[in-house]
Amino acid sequence: MIKDITQSEATEDGITDKQIDALIAKHQTDRNGVIDILEAIQASYGYLPPHALRIVAKKMNRSLVDIYGVATFYQAFSLRPKGKHRIVVCLGTACHVRGAPAIVEEFERQLGIKAGETTPDMKYTLETVNCLGACALGPIVVVDERYYSKVIPTQVRDIINNSHSGDRDTADSHQQQKTIGEAVPS
Amino acid sequence: MVIPAGTCGQASGANDLIAAAEKEILLCGLDKNIRVRVTGCHGFCEMEPSVLIEPDNTFYPQVKPDDIPRLIKAVLDGKILEDLLLVSEEGKKYYHQNDLPFYQTQVRSILAAHEKIDPLSIANYIENDGYSAIAEVLENGAPEAILAEVKNSNLRGRGGAGFPTGKKWEMLANQSNGSGKYLICNADEGDPGAYMDRSVLEGNPHSIIEGMLLGAYATGATAGVIYVRKEYPLAIKHLELALTQAAEYGLLGDDILGKGFSFNLSLAKGAGAFVCGEETALIRSIEGKMGEPRQRPPFPITKGLYRKPTAINNVETWANIPIIIRQGAKKFTGVGTRNNSGTKIFSLVGKIKNTGLVEVPMGITLKEIIYGIGGGPSAKAKIKAVQTGGPSGGCIPTARFDLAIDYDSLVDAGSIMGSGGMIVMDEHTCMVDVAKYFMAFLKDESCGKCFTCRKGTQRMYELLEDISQGKGTLKHLELLKELAEVVKDTTMCGLGQTASNPVLSTLRYFRDEYLAHIEKQQCPAGVCKALITYSINENCTGCGMCVSVCSEEAISGLRKQRYKIDSDKCIKCGTCKGVCKFEAIEVS
Ligand SMILES: Cc1cc2nc3c(=O)[nH]c(=O)nc-3n(C[C@H](O)[C@H](O)[C@H](O)COP(=O)(O)O)c2cc1C
Ligand code: FES
Repeated sequence: MIKDITQSEATEDGITDKQIDALIAKHQTDRNGVIDILEAIQASYGYLPPHALRIVAKKMNRSLVDIYGVATFYQAFSLRPKGKHRIVVCLGTACHVRGAPAIVEEFERQLGIKAGETTPDMKYTLETVNCLGACALGPIVVVDERYYSKVIPTQVRDIINNSHSGDRDTADSHQQQKTIGEAVPS
Repeated sequence: MVIPAGTCGQASGANDLIAAAEKEILLCGLDKNIRVRVTGCHGFCEMEPSVLIEPDNTFYPQVKPDDIPRLIKAVLDGKILEDLLLVSEEGKKYYHQNDLPFYQTQVRSILAAHEKIDPLSIANYIENDGYSAIAEVLENGAPEAILAEVKNSNLRGRGGAGFPTGKKWEMLANQSNGSGKYLICNADEGDPGAYMDRSVLEGNPHSIIEGMLLGAYATGATAGVIYVRKEYPLAIKHLELALTQAAEYGLLGDDILGKGFSFNLSLAKGAGAFVCGEETALIRSIEGKMGEPRQRPPFPITKGLYRKPTAINNVETWANIPIIIRQGAKKFTGVGTRNNSGTKIFSLVGKIKNTGLVEVPMGITLKEIIYGIGGGPSAKAKIKAVQTGGPSGGCIPTARFDLAIDYDSLVDAGSIMGSGGMIVMDEHTCMVDVAKYFMAFLKDESCGKCFTCRKGTQRMYELLEDISQGKGTLKHLELLKELAEVVKDTTMCGLGQTASNPVLSTLRYFRDEYLAHIEKQQCPAGVCKALITYSINENCTGCGMCVSVCSEEAISGLRKQRYKIDSDKCIKCGTCKGVCKFEAIEVS
């Protein structure tokens, strides 16, 4: 039997209809704004909970399959919860020719997961991206919005350790690790 | 004191410099004597974090926060800190920015403004002649006059295809204006390795707004959208602020500058899909749908955003508009060549000494850019090729570096101009690996609508994967070539139609590398893991550096003696090679 998906079910992960409604109201434009709404939901919860997608579909008068299509088409959206720290390794062309694949592999080894996965303790999610626009300084790694440039495999362990140090200043222990602190708004 | 702090500057520590400078100025009460201007990227990213001292344009590369206090003191004393200057390999010191070989052959009609402008301040843009073009036009100009000026400038779209902008605008102007027309700024910049659009958006966002205002006035468009990829958070931040400021100044919205002309401009964010740079896919994405391209015609110019007539132009195209209107088409066509006027910004990255953004007149040769401005290879290895045009482009070998670059010549060479990425590759770059890389990219980014694109890119990737693992045969090459032609001929949008370029161009110029993989099971560049082994040669001093970094405990031996790599344990990650100071680790 196919469930009636438009029916609001009991909340998952403590997400209430009201919270989602508020996000929709904030980002809905006269025309649509579905992508902005999904982005806001993702920003709030770190992923797109199925329950939220149902509410969006209903509110926006679009089929769930349509919303699901949008949610799976764009790389920015994830249907699975993400880890506390988000590690993004650039695999753009410039970073690739300067050795980015070895950086990803080293993260995979250190964290014991593959790119795109989250560690079982929900601490880290490892992602790859096609260019962050800092190509001159590749390979680039971004951890929780903090940029590392000209990364080499031996720095990987430090980068992981720094991610939960919480203390920004200690990050510069290595010459080539630079922080950009508040630089990038989310 | 000018400190560039675009994403690249910040990634290399510009924020620490800014904080140090502001602190020093505050502590010493120098705010009347020296001012810090934080700007977007100037182009010479390799040297960041850098400092430029006006009015002499003294250039200090890779400055450390600790040097800031004495730098400020030197500025106030009218002195130059010789030890912080950039020094050439021959020991020549460069004092002024204009003396640097990196800047000498450039014609920076767009990028030079980034030095003068604080992107967070509309007042600063206006002080630098900003919005003067639109103000003048609203006062004295007719829409037809602007259209004529843009047409006469012969400006070609900087987004890749090089379509004449004036012609596009004329078509839009000729559409009836019953219920609105749209302008779109394509800031999706999906080509990996290209970042000139990011730099312009971050460094001079108001120039894009002014360009679109001029476009709206010329074509009768009533509203516009800037579509930015979400991987550019700083650009989004600067644009959002610029839009708010422009509205506050009466430069956007209804009755602009009290002249009865109205134009609304908004921002839409991408969500990470390369194909959304294609114009019909981009329109769908703005409409909140899946970003799948559709068949053209009808072209967006007749049926675009919300089914209204729409003109789409690239960021750099828009950035050129105020310049053309301010200086006139005649002066603009004085730069570049006959069919390719003006300048083009390239992102010069990869295995090159001076990485960064370079703005050059069209028609300059690859050699002048790569060896002149770029300073040649970054390491000992020789440069082998340059990749232009992103995933839709191709690799051009050194033998063809005399090529004068413009939209047409690059197509002849089997590549395309694309948006302006130039990724330099040296002898340690494997061309089979590069082709495989692009095919992996394209198979992931293909939206899947056309069967031949979806499956064709997948199959080409598998064939390349086989070759890179030494499992390829000559049959693989034939098949690759055939598939490449089929995909080219049978797909709907530009992604599929150009997807074969990376394969065809590497096959055309680097067939011997493919053959080495197939016939000799060798990867001459030492990249394809299945075909290489690591060993330690007699240069080894037994320092033990490699042992300490090897995660697999594959290196053994006694200290002060030559170490050995156990090839059964070695996972070929290359970490040891990266740390060895004696070139003792060999790949064969
Ligand atoms: C797969 C694909 C990706 C594209 N990506 C971009 C892009 O990132 N930025 C861009 O300006 N144009 C891109 N284009 C070209 C646009 O479709 C369009 O031609 C361009 O924005 C027109 O602007 P112009 O006339 O100013 O060049 C892409 C085209 C294709 C087929
Ligand atoms: S290729 Fe990595 S930042 Fe552009």
